[in-house]
Amino acid sequence: MKTRQMTEQLELFGCIQCGKCTGGCPVARKTALNIRSLIYHMLVEPELAVNAHEELWDCTCCFTCVERCPKDVRPAELIIGLRGELVESGRIPETIGAALMGIFRQGNPTGMAREDRSAWTNGTEVKAAQQGCELLYFVCCTASYDLRIQPVARALVKTFRAADLDFGTLGTEESCCGNEVRRMGEMGLFEMLVEENGELIRSVGASRLVTTSPHCFNTFKNEYGLDGIEVLHYTQLVAELIEDGRLNFSGGVDNKVTYHDPCFLGKQNHIFDEPRAILQAIPGVELVEMDRSRERSLCCEGGGGRMWAEGTNLEERLAFQRVREAAETGAEILAVACPFCLLTLEDAVKVQGLDEQLRVMDIMELVDLAL
Amino acid sequence: MEPKPRIGVYICHCGINIAATVDVKQVAEFAGTLPGVVVSRDYLYMCSDPGQGLIQQDIREKSLNRVVVASCSPRMHEPTFRAAAEGVGLNPYLVEMSNIREQCSWVHTDREDATEKAKWLVASVVAKAELLEPLESREVGVTPGTVVVGGGVAGMVAALDVADAGFPTYLVEKSNHVGGRVADLNRTFPTLESVPEMLEPLIERVQTHPNITVMLSSQVAGVEGYVGNFEVTVTGLKASGSKPVEAESSDLRSGTHQLSAGSIIIATGYDVFDPHRKPELGYGQYSNVITSLELERRLVEGDLTVNGRSPKRVAFIQCVGSRDKLLGNPYCSRVCCMYTAKQSRLAKELLPDADVTVFYMDVRTFGKGAEEFWDEARAKGVLYRKGNISEIYRKRSDDGDRVVLAGEDTLLGQPIDFEADLVVLAVGMEPRADVADLSTMLKLPRSADGFFLELHPKLRPVDTAVDGVFLAGCCQGPKDIPDTVAQAKAAASSALIPLLRGTVPVESATAIVDAEACAGCGMCVEVCPYGAPALDPLWGVSRINAVLCKGCGACAVTCPSKAIRLQQFTPTQILAQVDALVGV
Repeated sequence: MKTRQMTEQLELFGCIQCGKCTGGCPVARKTALNIRSLIYHMLVEPELAVNAHEELWDCTCCFTCVERCPKDVRPAELIIGLRGELVESGRIPETIGAALMGIFRQGNPTGMAREDRSAWTNGTEVKAAQQGCELLYFVCCTASYDLRIQPVARALVKTFRAADLDFGTLGTEESCCGNEVRRMGEMGLFEMLVEENGELIRSVGASRLVTTSPHCFNTFKNEYGLDGIEVLHYTQLVAELIEDGRLNFSGGVDNKVTYHDPCFLGKQNHIFDEPRAILQAIPGVELVEMDRSRERSLCCEGGGGRMWAEGTNLEERLAFQRVREAAETGAEILAVACPFCLLTLEDAVKVQGLDEQLRVMDIMELVDLAL
Repeated sequence: MEPKPRIGVYICHCGINIAATVDVKQVAEFAGTLPGVVVSRDYLYMCSDPGQGLIQQDIREKSLNRVVVASCSPRMHEPTFRAAAEGVGLNPYLVEMSNIREQCSWVHTDREDATEKAKWLVASVVAKAELLEPLESREVGVTPGTVVVGGGVAGMVAALDVADAGFPTYLVEKSNHVGGRVADLNRTFPTLESVPEMLEPLIERVQTHPNITVMLSSQVAGVEGYVGNFEVTVTGLKASGSKPVEAESSDLRSGTHQLSAGSIIIATGYDVFDPHRKPELGYGQYSNVITSLELERRLVEGDLTVNGRSPKRVAFIQCVGSRDKLLGNPYCSRVCCMYTAKQSRLAKELLPDADVTVFYMDVRTFGKGAEEFWDEARAKGVLYRKGNISEIYRKRSDDGDRVVLAGEDTLLGQPIDFEADLVVLAVGMEPRADVADLSTMLKLPRSADGFFLELHPKLRPVDTAVDGVFLAGCCQGPKDIPDTVAQAKAAASSALIPLLRGTVPVESATAIVDAEACAGCGMCVEVCPYGAPALDPLWGVSRINAVLCKGCGACAVTCPSKAIRLQQFTPTQILAQVDALVGV
């Protein structure tokens, strides 16, 4: 691949090779991925053999590099750009290809039938947003189809009802938000999703949009251009409901709880306080902090397409290290606010035999217990 | 009866700058046909001595009473030609210029079109020249004295030079001591001399100088007036006499003081970057992550122990809060590479068995003796590794106090997780948080980075947009002590000029109010950026202070009664130009 065009398009000339990107990259330590070095190659070499860089698929798009770059170069966009090249030439890991195909055909990466998308409601009536509502609840593919995450969606519905909100979902018309699609380099599919989803969302006429997943939240807020609609992650909405006194906790959770900041909520969108406010409002919760919290939260390795690709280093997963850090705080519950974090961290707990010590739960599951 | 206008027109070739595009001979010939023009010439360089000589000779021999020079922008040579005319007795304001370079030859390529345009431009200025009026060159007296705001190194050095020249100087300092931020330091580069020893003689001279009045715990509350005649209101303590000033001395009178001065020097210094704004570095969370200033205090005491133990691994991180677009501090703070070389070397001397490492992006050691100083630091065993640290977290083990620096050694091309017992953040400089008040009071503009804006980045580093107000030291931008001292002396030198001359020239082409036409609406007062018009309390009409007025014309344009005319740009003059341009 000739480097000139992409270098100019991404304005890589601003890079001073300071190394903060690679220095803060969570996967740099266990794979060959060195984003600073890739940028340097783009700058000084006329060609780059993209196919030779399998480690491009290791990036989780946590965007730590973007957050740290003193020259505002946005290094992760180079990885996304190079992945785009690989997608166009058809050289992508099989599992990622399958996920993309599923999204294209059935509107979700699992490839399960679109008509089963609302099965998570378990028969309870959830208003169709197409009839008009004030709050549009965007459920997310993972929350809709994954049995472990469906309780989170149900807990949110219960909470919205308890606060008497006028809400609805898009039902089986909801399609993947595309956040991961763009990050996997499939721009064509992403643009199609933005157009279709965007039109559907606008037609509902809701003033607010709330999501289960920080990934959906991130793309709707920053990439879709949904002017006039207030885009929220559920932690922002639930924290607001608690502060306004619209939720009553009759029960509680008598446990030590520690909270893991998801990359797409914390690092990228600077939402750190609302999740903690919710946890601290639940009676009985004793909140303890891990050393690496907030801006330094250790990525669970679920983003950037990693839910559908193992990466080049199978041995030490970051999630293993993360749950050990959580266990060390003495916490009994590791609270999360993202479906991907929930799946990867729970998996890590089981594989390392820590399930007696530590339970991984979504904040909404804790709220559900207390309501 | 007014004498008939006898206009001399001079078309400049400006080498090939004008002549290559405009047929200057044709323009000169054309100008000779215009009404009132007695002589019309073209010459290679009008601004040269022979060129000016042509004008002067014609004024004498042909009794010219108006001069039009068609050449470059008036910003270049208007003073030159005015002075030439004045030199042979013609009022300088009867000279007008036509810009046929920046506004003609430099922006067009077609020779025919450019020559046509030049003719029209000259014709319009000749039409105006007929209507020009002689104006007075005015000067006002200067209050002998200077107010220096800020008692750090810059302020003290500037004050001493003004005082040594024989003028009373007030040194207004916000805190309760002079010496500024340098006073917090242990040793300075590149000599490694002790700061107290370096500063004490300076402070002693300032406090005992018969011409310097030191005002501690004092702040500027307001500034009125103009160059040569400033009235500065200061709230705080004022020393009586010239005794050494102690903060609690009974000689001090507290309250509001009115100071008169001919010039003002701003030397308010800087703020230190607060690393809480970079939470990923763990400052405030880990007790062994400190700033360079905090380390400087420990170096004074000679004690670098952390939690009772001597550090085995010390790390310095450069560029904290500088060269960082995301933080809003894109600039380089200039001093940190040198002070880190100094601190790392001193730390290594205090802890000979420790590993001392500096993590850098670039090393900028540009001053005199600076590169050699850096060589010395490395020769003493300080290790420099290229790679800015991305984040810091606690080391998970029973070793309690260690932290881990996550970064990349870019020369090795590998990520590293570097353990350290003590981490020093090389924090940069920022404009002072309270600078906004001073900026508003003095109408001093600031550059994009927030420091005070100098008039020209290369040629006028101490002047500001406000005549009579000068800048010294870090308030204008980050710099080290040698550069601060040099700039302070430069500011003193500039501040002394009006004082030594005793008078300052004042703009002659000012606005005048026709009291008969004035309705007293006050709009001119609102619109003037210099506070020149004021409504007369008795008559209710506007009067313009000819000394404060800079001739910008905003009032003349705003006046709904057309009662204000701006001399040198009157409506009749401008309309005559327009008529000439449209061929009337």
